[in-house]
This record gives sequence, C-alpha cells and structure tokens, in this order.
Amino acid sequence: MGETEKNVILSVKDLNVKFTLRGQVLHAIRGVSLDVYQGESIAIVGESGSGKSVFVKCAMGLLDANGSITGGSIRYGDQELTQYQTDADWLKIRGREIAMVFQDPMTSLNPLKSIGKQIQEAVELHQGLKGPAARQAVLEVLADVGIDDAARRYKQYPHEFSGGMRQRVVIAIALACRPKILICDEPTTALDVTIQAQILELIKAMQKKYNLTTIYITHDLGVVANVAHRIAVMYAGDIVEVGSCDEVFYDPKHPYTWALLSSLPQLGVKNEPLYAIQGTPPNLFHEIKGDAFAPRNPQALKIDFLERPPMFDVSPTHKARTWLLDPRAPKVEPPAHIRSLSQRGGLSHD
Amino acid sequence: MTEQRKKLIQVQDLTVKFGSRRHSFTAVDNVSFHIYQGETFGLVGESGSGKTTIGRSIIRIHPTAGGKILFDGKQINGPIPRQLDQEVTRRIQMIFQDPMSSLNERAKVDYIVSEGLHAGHHGLTAAQRREKVAKALSDVGLLPEFASRFPHEFSGGQRQRIGIARALIMEPDFIIADEPISALDVSIRAQVLNLLSRLQKERGLTYLFIAHDLSVVRFICDRIAVIHKGKLVELAESEELFARPLHPYTRALLSAIPQPDPIAERKKTLLVYDPACHDYTPDNPPAWQEAFPGHYVLASQKELDAWQKLS
Ligand SMILES: Nc1ncnc2c1ncn2[C@@H]1O[C@H](COP(=O)(O)OP(=O)(O)OP(=O)(O)O)[C@@H](O)[C@H]1O
Ligand SMILES: Nc1ncnc2c1ncn2[C@@H]1O[C@H](COP(=O)(O)OP(=O)(O)OP(=O)(O)O)[C@@H](O)[C@H]1O
Ligand SMILES: [Mg+2]
Ligand SMILES: [Mg+2]
Repeated sequence: MGETEKNVILSVKDLNVKFTLRGQVLHAIRGVSLDVYQGESIAIVGESGSGKSVFVKCAMGLLDANGSITGGSIRYGDQELTQYQTDADWLKIRGREIAMVFQDPMTSLNPLKSIGKQIQEAVELHQGLKGPAARQAVLEVLADVGIDDAARRYKQYPHEFSGGMRQRVVIAIALACRPKILICDEPTTALDVTIQAQILELIKAMQKKYNLTTIYITHDLGVVANVAHRIAVMYAGDIVEVGSCDEVFYDPKHPYTWALLSSLPQLGVKNEPLYAIQGTPPNLFHEIKGDAFAPRNPQALKIDFLERPPMFDVSPTHKARTWLLDPRAPKVEPPAHIRSLSQRGGLSHD
Repeated sequence: MTEQRKKLIQVQDLTVKFGSRRHSFTAVDNVSFHIYQGETFGLVGESGSGKTTIGRSIIRIHPTAGGKILFDGKQINGPIPRQLDQEVTRRIQMIFQDPMSSLNERAKVDYIVSEGLHAGHHGLTAAQRREKVAKALSDVGLLPEFASRFPHEFSGGQRQRIGIARALIMEPDFIIADEPISALDVSIRAQVLNLLSRLQKERGLTYLFIAHDLSVVRFICDRIAVIHKGKLVELAESEELFARPLHPYTRALLSAIPQPDPIAERKKTLLVYDPACHDYTPDNPPAWQEAFPGHYVLASQKELDAWQKLS
C-alpha cells in the first residue's frame, strides 16, 4: 500500500454511542475517530466489552434497539451513515457495500433453511446468476471455504454443521455478496488453525482481486500479526492506540497495549500463573475521568486520574492517547518484555 | 508412576453416528482415551472432527452407537439408573462452545448462572444463592451488577464468561470446556486460565479442554489428543507432542499456529496434510500404536518404523 495514494473509504469522527438499560445509560463508544483506507486490512483489538462490535455495527445500522448514536459522524463515500433512518436506506449499504461476518455464526444463519439455499440467495441477488449456474457457484464457494462433499452439505441445515463449519458458511455468504468493505468480527476463532490459515488466505486473495477493504476484530494476536496492515487498540469505548502492524507490535506506547502484549500465553511458564491485568474494566454506566486505564495501571501518573489525554503523534502513522507521550511527562520504562520486542522489530528509538 | 493414577474418565472404542440408518454418518469413529483424576486433557483437531460430539456424548446429550464411557469406574453411556444419571448431572459440567445459542435469552444472568442450583437439592437460601452468583461472576471477571441483565446486553466475551460461571457454580469434579476462552481478550483469557488452574489445585478438578488455540492448549494441558475426521491420530504429553509431532496431520496443525509476531508470520511456511500420503493397504493397515513411551499415533507398521527412525 503506497503511502501517497491512500483513499479514505470510511471515515469515523468523534463517534459516541449510548445504550439505555432500564433507566440507566451506558456510554459504550466515547468519541472514537478512525479513517479506514481503501484496500487496507485493519485490525481492531482490545478488551472484551470495550466496544469493538458496537463500533462496527454502527457502520451497518445494526445497533440494538436500546442503543443510539449520540454524536459524531460516519462517512462512506458521499454518504453520511449516521443520517440513515430506515431499513430501506441501510439496504443500499448492507451486504452489497459493507458486509459483515458476525462473532456468533448461529445468529446470521436461518435455522429453517438449508445451507445451500442460503448461499444461493446471496449469489443470485449479488452476482445475478440463476438456476444451475447459481447452484454451481454455490458449490464452488463451499469448496473455497474448505467444506468437502459440497453436494451433500448443500442440502443440510445449520444444526447439522459443526461450529467451525457454520462460520465458514457465513464467510462464504459474505464473500458471495462481493462487498467493498468486509468486516470480520472474530471470523476464525471457531476454526482449527489449518482451516483458519486457509480462510485468511482466501480473504487476502479476495482483497487483492477486488481491492476489498477488510476490518478484522479479533483477540488472536497471531491472526492480527498475519493479516493486518494497521492495528487499532480499544479500551473502554475508546481507541487508545493506532499504528502500522509493526509499530504496534514492536513499539507500543500505551500502557494498555503493553499489558495486552504481556498477557500472551506464549510467554507463560507451565504451572505458574499467566500475567493478567489486575482489577476490572471500568463500569461504563459511570462517567470516566482521565485515562480510563489509569486505575489498573501500576505506573499511572497523577494527571492520568484527572484529565483525558489527547492523541499524541508518535510517527505519521502511529498515534497513542497517553500522557506518557507528553513532553513534560517523566520517563516511564515499558515492561521488560515490551523492551525486548522493540529490539526484535528493530524499531527502538533510543 | 502413571500406572497408579486414578482414571476418572475412560472412553473405550467410542462410536457416535448421526442420521437415519440408511444415510448414517459416523462422526466419532472408535475413539479411545482416558483422563486421569486432576489432569487437564486437551482435545484438538480439525473443525468438524467430532470434538464437541465426544463431549456431548460424555454428558449424555448424544446417544452412542458403540463403545463405552466410564466415569469413576461406572459405565455412563446407554441406559443407566436414575440415581447415576443425577450423579452425572451434578458432577460433570460442560461449558458450551456457542455462547449465544447456549444461553436462555429470556432469563436474567442471575437465573442462568444459578439454574443448576435450583434443580438439585442444594438447600440454599435465596441470599446464599445470590452470594454464590456474585462470587462466580467476579471469579470470571464480571461485575456482580451484571446479574440483573439479559444475555443479549453483553459482548461476546462477557457472554462466554457467563457460561463459565454457570458451570463453576455447581462445583463439579469434571468439566468439559468446549472452546471456553475463544471469545476472550488475552488478559481475561489469562485470568480464566489462572482460575481454572487454581481450582484444579484446590479441588482436584479434572478437565477435558477442547480448543483451537494451540498456544493455550500447550500451556494448560498435561496431555493432548489430536483428532481428524472422527479418529484419534496422535496422543502424547504436551511438550512431547510439540517437540516431536509424528503424524502428518499433527505436523500440519502445529505449522499453522499463528504467532503474535509479524516478522515470524511473514517467514512462516505452512505444511499441508494430504490424506493420500499414507500407503495404507489391507496388509499395511493403520493401527493405534505406542511410538515412544506414552506417545501414541495412528500409523501403519511401515510409517511407524520410518517416524521412529527420524525422531
Ligand atoms: N444491547 C445492549 N444493551 C446494553 N449494553 C450493551 C448492549 N450491547 C452491548 N452492550 C455493552 O456495550 C459494551 C461494548 O460491547 P461490544 O459488544 O462492542 O464489546 P466488544 O469489544 O465487541 O467485546 P468482545 O470482545 O467481548 O466481543 C459492553 O460493555 C456491553 O456490555
Ligand atoms: N445434530 C447433528 N446432526 C447431524 N450431524 C451432526 C450433528 N452434530 C454434529 N454433526 C456432525 O458431526 C461432525 C462432528 O461435529 P462436531 O460438532 O463434534 O465437530 P467439532 O470437532 O466440535 O468441530 P468444531 O471445532 O468446528 O466445533 C460434523 O461433521 C457435524 O456436521
Ligand atoms: Mg464483540
Ligand atoms: Mg465443536
């Protein structure tokens, strides 16, 4: 991806999302901004419950009924998606422009329809094929996602598939729609690593062939290392760090990113506890003051508890929301493991 | 030493089939293994290879077509006395793979987590039950306030932890954990794994751990079995399996583990398993054999000889 010809395909500015729950308000997305470039692959990682799924659902008009966008904008081409009101508006976008593979495959499949029929509908609608040609395309798509014996599988129903096979069907349907942006929410956690590698290769191939933009949400940092050009790290409804894949892996700046990279099972010693971040994530029903991660950060500065840090630039492509990057901040050493990462990446600045 | 250890679960020649007699499909094919008391036994392998089906057969959701399952020395598959059925329900818990479809959407978390306590004769007061729910939720890193919410109001990882809390609250002896941590971020994952290990030390819990994340399996499991299309292909102690994988499917699987390191990922070469690589014939058939002490593999005699020489 050349630095110069980057086209922004999706631009999110200062997005805020709130849920109302029996009279209480939960502030799930707190002022998130992110530009997604055409043809890139960006991974969103971070704490469970930090708002990753809610964030991408906003771009598809799929927020739960008790949630609403309370501020900010989402631009796709010349369209302002936050203005969309009706399902008719969204149907112009959903599937054909932006398609999504959900975390839980059962929720996107119809239990009463055969697998083959469900894929065929997408093929007929989006690729304009009919009859035997459409059926043939379905069998090919099934083979593409690694499902053997496609003719028998065509007639089966979702409950007759294993968890991982259902997930592959959902991916097959999304790809059959030939979208511009493909959002994958935990696309491969239900798959064994060989099929996972195969699916990731398939998505990459589609990306090259159709200049597809992909947004991955995943907790598997191995997958992130494999697929992502850029990484955004979320914590408590906010993006706290964003940078190129190598910048975030080898030169992370936010203490939450440090903690995340220190919790990997690969670093574990058998029969000893793994490193885990102390404390619990903030309660989003309460207003958050300062840096949301401060109460769990043993090295937090005084100001972290008082004022929300701005985004500081680390490089033209790398930004982080932490007071540690303020010129006035005392020098805080990252944990030893993080320091060894910078050496590995050859990105160490000092 | 291993000879004296008590086998809590014994699975012998287990076969499970789906479909009608005319169109039957063998999902689990003659599988045998045992799990020692206090052990964490990993089951890994291809998606659709029968891992969940094995777990569901142990807790009696799926009928078995052949073979035996013994729990604490007693056969628990097929028709069994009601009392034993109740004992199985109480002492064996399963954490289900699909957190969305396995939780009752219309019940509040409080009820979902404590449901098992209502069913048995646990003689708890409402206050004691509430306290147990709060404890179980905080054990898995959820706030006690969450008890009054409904499952759809949670993120994927939060729902998965509700499923874990629901199993732990029963204080079982044996837990079948089917992809228990796939939706969790690495820190909560570490917290849950630490909790499972601690409970194991304190209460002597035994786990059947099914997962696709092999870095986690390697870290937490004592022994690992690899399954492919309903058949076990290899079984060994964790470090032995990673150091000396024999079966080509195991080798392919290990080569595909994604590393959280972009440089390593760029250099990675994948091995692909082609079932046609075996030269099985009627006089050179595959059999389940001990290649090295405690290290079993499905292989023909010729393959076994070759693999033993290589390692
Ligand atoms: N319908 C809803 N009503 C109330 N709160 C909700 C609702 N949906 C999500 N939330 C809350 O919004 C926050 C963000 O949820 P989201 O699903 O985006 O998390 P996530 O980052 O995708 O987490 P995970 O990695 O566990 O999937 C969570 O605290 C969650 O409990
Ligand atoms: N209720 C059912 N009816 C028919 N076939 C089934 C049923 N449940 C499972 N199967 C089939 O049995 C095989 C094994 O499925 P199982 O769910 O045990 O796989 P798994 O190893 O758990 O896979 P995954 O890793 O994807 O969860 C699959 O081919 C699946 O299609
Ligand atoms: Mg999510
Ligand atoms: Mg399964």
